[in-house]
Amino acid sequence: MPANKFNGFTDYGIGIGLRATHYDHILSRKPVCDWFEIISENFMIDGGRPLQILDEILEQYKVVQHGVSMYFGSAEKPNREHLRRLKDLVKRTKTPWVSDHLCWGSVDGRYTHDLLPMPYTFEAAKITAQKVREVRDFLEIPVAVENVSSYAEYHVSEMTEWEFLNEVVERADCGILLDVNNIYVSSQNHSFNPLDYVNSVPAERVAQIHIAGHSKYRKYILDTHDHPVIDPVWRLYDRTIQRVGHTATLLEWDDSIPTFKEVHDEALKADKFLASSVLATAV
Amino acid sequence: MKLLALQRTMARAVMQPLSRSEHMQEKAPGGGKMRAYASRFIKPNDRLTSFERLEIYNRQYWFRLLSALAEDFPGLRSVLGDKQFDAMCKAYIVDCPSTSFTLRNLGSKMESWLRAHPKWAGKKQSLALDIARLEWADIEAFDNQSKPALCAEDLATADAETLKLELQPYVRLLDLAYPVDDLLLAVRKEDDTDFASNAFSEKRKKKHVRAVAKLDPQPIYLVVHRIDNSVYFRRIAPEEFAVLTALSKGKTLAKALDSAFRKSKMPPEEHAAAVQKYFQTWATLGWFCRPQRTKAVSA
Repeated sequence: MPANKFNGFTDYGIGIGLRATHYDHILSRKPVCDWFEIISENFMIDGGRPLQILDEILEQYKVVQHGVSMYFGSAEKPNREHLRRLKDLVKRTKTPWVSDHLCWGSVDGRYTHDLLPMPYTFEAAKITAQKVREVRDFLEIPVAVENVSSYAEYHVSEMTEWEFLNEVVERADCGILLDVNNIYVSSQNHSFNPLDYVNSVPAERVAQIHIAGHSKYRKYILDTHDHPVIDPVWRLYDRTIQRVGHTATLLEWDDSIPTFKEVHDEALKADKFLASSVLATAV
Repeated sequence: MKLLALQRTMARAVMQPLSRSEHMQEKAPGGGKMRAYASRFIKPNDRLTSFERLEIYNRQYWFRLLSALAEDFPGLRSVLGDKQFDAMCKAYIVDCPSTSFTLRNLGSKMESWLRAHPKWAGKKQSLALDIARLEWADIEAFDNQSKPALCAEDLATADAETLKLELQPYVRLLDLAYPVDDLLLAVRKEDDTDFASNAFSEKRKKKHVRAVAKLDPQPIYLVVHRIDNSVYFRRIAPEEFAVLTALSKGKTLAKALDSAFRKSKMPPEEHAAAVQKYFQTWATLGWFCRPQRTKAVSA
């Protein structure tokens, strides 16, 4: 399932998040990198240096858009200005798919700028799926929803997080950006077996995978994207690849960002798992 | 609880200000105890109570938004001092929560809010307003739209009596009571060298910034603009500022020039040369947009 309708039938390899601290290195040294993921909102502007940098990157590399504030799970309608700007950017980057989070973050027009967890209810799944469809129809490209790390659960929930994810993607007929680090973080915070999650995901819908590091506190784990990927997350990644096959994979590193080479080398550790999936398919 | 009701309940708690010790308040929005409020919709687990789980989001909200304002307004922070700036930002966020999908716009109301709440800057109100205006103009100049620039051919057949010129959306005009451009540059210089290993030199730089923050009034006219996608501050003469301001308000070139020199102390015989110099500068820097051609309507 490397190429499917949810990632625009592409076969991308291993990418990293495009971050400002690496701009000079990338533009001057032009290192080999399969693709970059950009945070859409950073480029949904009218002009200036960020767009100039993006255009220079687009001349050399493949770019995929990842958003942080569409809030598919917010009860309110999509923000039209947001959608218009996002579509302008989609035309600029020619991204084969866009992704954003399965969460909410705004209500009554006020934004928290956080990825707040969903109540896992049928009502929420229906509303969220409808919004995903609206966004996809407006953008006219595939949309993938990403599972988030969470630190709280609600009394009203009627199902597990992975059942909720499945309910939403089936109703919306959309793809999944499966973040295996987020599965690990939430499994530790909510005491479930992360393999149950990975094993239940509809493999044919996985458009992309995220890997990342996190920070461990005494009573919970926080998704900070400021460390290398830990072994238990690599093991989850391994199991995911066994199920979904060779899939576009991206390392997120957003804080205490080391050199481009260190970030890219960490991402390339995914190669051995991807290679084994190719071998398994060949055999 | 329905989705919208749950999201409103949670958002009220998440957006409620933290306590002095930067934890979640014991008092819930609208009164009552926050522990009871949280336990109504958040499940506890074997390590954290409902209150503690909700508190993670409450703290993240405030730390994220305060950090965004600190990043966008380092100059205002140097004028008010860290503690006062922090307290002011908390009050600002309560009054002006984010209504945009991007944190880039969070500080858009800072100047007008500060003007309506003079207690935060006290005697430094005028200085604080100037630096807030400059820092917001800097953000706009950084990523506002750039349109095709006006060129000589566009003016070949123009008539000053009817000609109207449009400033580039990224050009910002500021009349300031204090030379806050110097202050902001000093603050940035300090930030750039924050990693200096020598504690003595760090102390000296901070002292320098504090000294600059105690600026004496000195009216300046400033254009915040960009060249090759880098933002610059350019001080200009009062007459040039007056022409640009009048043009930005939609006046014709003839009226803009007339109003600019009416109160000027510049000898009349120097006006023509001054205007010629202005136009040379504006053309070089591309401050004006190419006029939009309207299509002739065919019969």
